[in-house]
Parts: sequence; C-alpha cells; structure tokens
Amino acid sequence: MNRLAGLLLALAIPAVAGQIPLSERRSGYELMRQDTRNLQDDDTANPGMLWVAEGKDLWSAKPDSASRACADCHGDASVSMKGVAARYPVFSASAGRPIDLEQRINACRTRQQHASPFAFESRELLALTAYIARQSRGMPIDVGSDPRLEPFLAAGREEFERRRGQLNLACTQCHDDNWGKHLGGSVIPQGHPTGYPIYRLEWQGVGSLQRRLRGCISGVRSEPYAYGAPELVNLELFLMWRARGMPLETPAVRP
Amino acid sequence: MKRREFLVVSGLGTAFGFASRAARATPAEEKEAILRLTGAAMVKQGRVTLDLPPLVENGNSVPLTVSVDSPMTAADHVKAIHVFVEKNPQPFVAAFHLGPRAGRAVVSTRIRLADTQTVVAICEMSDGSFWSGSADSVVTLAACTESE
Amino acid sequence: MATALIHVPASAKRGEIIQIKALISHVMEPGYRRTSLGAVIPRDILRRFVCTYNGEEIFRAEMYPAIAANPYFAFNTIASDSGTFEFTWSGDNGFSKRETVAIKVE
Repeated sequence: MNRLAGLLLALAIPAVAGQIPLSERRSGYELMRQDTRNLQDDDTANPGMLWVAEGKDLWSAKPDSASRACADCHGDASVSMKGVAARYPVFSASAGRPIDLEQRINACRTRQQHASPFAFESRELLALTAYIARQSRGMPIDVGSDPRLEPFLAAGREEFERRRGQLNLACTQCHDDNWGKHLGGSVIPQGHPTGYPIYRLEWQGVGSLQRRLRGCISGVRSEPYAYGAPELVNLELFLMWRARGMPLETPAVRP
Repeated sequence: MKRREFLVVSGLGTAFGFASRAARATPAEEKEAILRLTGAAMVKQGRVTLDLPPLVENGNSVPLTVSVDSPMTAADHVKAIHVFVEKNPQPFVAAFHLGPRAGRAVVSTRIRLADTQTVVAICEMSDGSFWSGSADSVVTLAACTESE
Repeated sequence: MATALIHVPASAKRGEIIQIKALISHVMEPGYRRTSLGAVIPRDILRRFVCTYNGEEIFRAEMYPAIAANPYFAFNTIASDSGTFEFTWSGDNGFSKRETVAIKVE
C-alpha cells in the first residue's frame, strides 16, 4: 500500500519542480577530482591558458594594415573587458534578440574593424573569447535581468525542459533531477556554464558552450542546431540566467 | 614490424606511425620494450614512486608524477626515467633524461591511458643499475558520444 | 604557430632547487584515430623536448603518442648561475620551436 502511494506521488510531481534551489547550485568544478581542480587552478599548467595567451596576441593585432586592433578602441582588456563576459548573452538592439559573446566579437570584427568574421569554433574566435572572458574570472554571473530578454529567456527555458531525440530526454531530467549521480563512468553535473570557453579533457582542446550543447543534443540522438542558431543562444541565455550569481571560472577545465 | 618499431622509437625519423594497427599492445610487447632497454641487467623493484590517480577523470589526460629516491650527486644520480604501459596501442610513453644538475629526480607530465592498466617506470642510474616502480589506474570511457 | 607558456622563477638563490614548468599547444595526434569515414588520421606528435641552462642540457624528454595533447612537463634544476634557459621542442612534420627565459641567481 505504501509502495503504491509512493509511486502515485512520484508520478504526480511535475518535471518543473526539479529546479535546483539557488543555494544548492554547484559548479562542475566541485564534482571533479582534486587533480583536475588543481589543473584548473594552476595558471602555469592549465592548457586553457594557451588559448588565453593567443587571445591576448589577437587583441593587439590589426586584422590588416588599414584596420584597428581591438586594443586600439578598447585599450587594456583587463580594464575595459572586466565584467563583460559575466553579463553575456545580452540583448542586441540591432539584432532585435540576444547575442552571445562570440557573436558580439564578430559584430565588432565586421562593423568596427571591417574584417571578416571568425568562424564559430575557430582557433581565433575561441582564443579571443577565452581572453576576454578571463578578464571576468571570479566575478558573479549577471545575466537575464533586462526585461527585453523575457521572451527569449522563456524560449531557452522551454528548450531546457523539452524532451528531445531518440533517447527522449530533456536537459532538466539529468541536470536538475539527477545531478551528482553517474551516467556510465561520468558524474552528471548541474550544467552551469561557469567557465566557458572550457578546456575539455574529452576534446583535448578548448571549446565553446555551443559546442558542448551540440554535443549533448547529439548525445540524446537529436539533430543539433547549427552554430549561432537562435535556439542555442536562447539556451545559453537561460543557462547563464540559471547560473546567476555563481562566479565565472574561465578558462575552466572539465572532463 | 618489431625492427621498424625500434627505428621509429629511436627517433631515426620516419613519419609513419602504426596506422594500420587497430589492436592494442599486449603486456608481452611491454615486456619486450623494457627488455630492449635493460638488456641482461636485473631490474630491482623500489626507489621509484609513481603518483597516478587510481581512477582517471578522462583517459585523454592523466597527470603522472614520477619521483626517484636518489641523492642526485655527480657520483650517484638518475640518468633517465623510462615510462611504459601495457594496454595502449604501443608500450612507450616517454623517456626523461636527467643528471646531477636536476637536484631532485621528480618529473611531472600528463599522459594518455587507453584502458585500465598498470603504468611502469624504469629508472636508469648512473652506476648502470635499473630500478622500477608502478601504479595502477582505472580508466572509464566518457558517457556520451559526440558527433563533432 | 604553437604557443608555449613557461614558468621559471625570475630569481633564485645559488644552490636552490627550482621547479620549471613548460606547456606547449600541440594536438599530439597519435596516428590511431579515424575519421567518421574510416580514414586514419596520420600521426603528428612532438617527439623531443630539451631544456638547456647556459648552454648545458639539464633535462630532455622523448615523447611518444601517449603524451597527452598540449604537452606539459614539470622538472627541477639547481640554480647555479644567472643566465638563460633555452627550451626547444621538435617533432613530426618538421616542427620546431624555441623559447628562452632569463634567470637571476644571487
């Protein structure tokens, strides 16, 4: 009789009730082994710092002799870019929708530097994003409070909670309801994008949040959205809002 | 195949690897690789400590520190540390050449482990003796496959 | 164009044992992976890393495909004189990179 009551109760709880209370949020950092945490914490050993170093060079490089370098307008990145990555995605008036940091960098490339945009997941774009985001390391994520973002935040939440793919899984089922448990040999994190672009041991390189999302989406045997797709940016927006207040760790190391 | 393997290993510079070999190396190949290093000399167990995680975060990048108990003087020091594995595609991992100027015979790096296995370090001393140490590590695959 | 990050203490006392850390960006393609169409991705690894201190070799690593991507080494040396550390990486496809770092020893 008790088992039946328990089963009925379990079925009655709606999926949305699985949201993690703010105080119980944990970065993926806390679920890693000590060795990997040490690797992230050591700037002289963290492989992500190689991309940050390359980004620093790109910051001062002119796309061609006639164009300006990032530094020509923005000066010292440790000053001008402080806090920037912790606020992205933001609402772009010209786009009429949210854009992420990669899209913002490319908007600058085309409009201000009159240069061609970097391809998504290109070495240059990852390096520049990593360098800029590194300037916000330690700062609390502050995304989503702009009222213009409301419909996109709702769309992102819907992406997170909707079942998809042959495995018919929604992000929330693993990352809200079963975080901390194991999927195969891996511990399921809560899925907060606290350190992007990350150096992922599985990739043996640095990659963006969109790359990780596409990986997860294809992992449940669903066709992933293209890089830069509005669905992915909406999801990024929702995930950063879900992680609001948590400190940015870029460049993070993750398994 | 074995002779070609030896040439590539000694750095005589052919660009090809073992592209056609899908199979893993065996403990027997590791034994042979170690034997080629030590020859007829006896390998004593001890003085060599491997710091390796018992369970890896990811087999693509496993931190390894090898420490050798040695005074590191001109008269008595570590000449080289050779690291071997038994279940990777090939048994060699790295060879570190030290000397009395090292001060301390401790080297750290990150290695790849293809499967749960034992990692062995053979240390070559200045007096020609060989000492060995080993450590085990459990390797699991990542949970999801990705279509990159 | 590979990037290298090296950590050497800027100064040390004579006779002190110092730790040197060297990290370089390199894919270390092992030669065993295949594309989704089944073609083997050819090996492309670094094979040798040498550190000299005022011209004398103090550390050398011979690398095989089992060294993880973006190779990292931490090793020690006795700070003897002020001068220069030279780091050289070489490998497949004619790869070669050299970096130097100065140290003050008192």
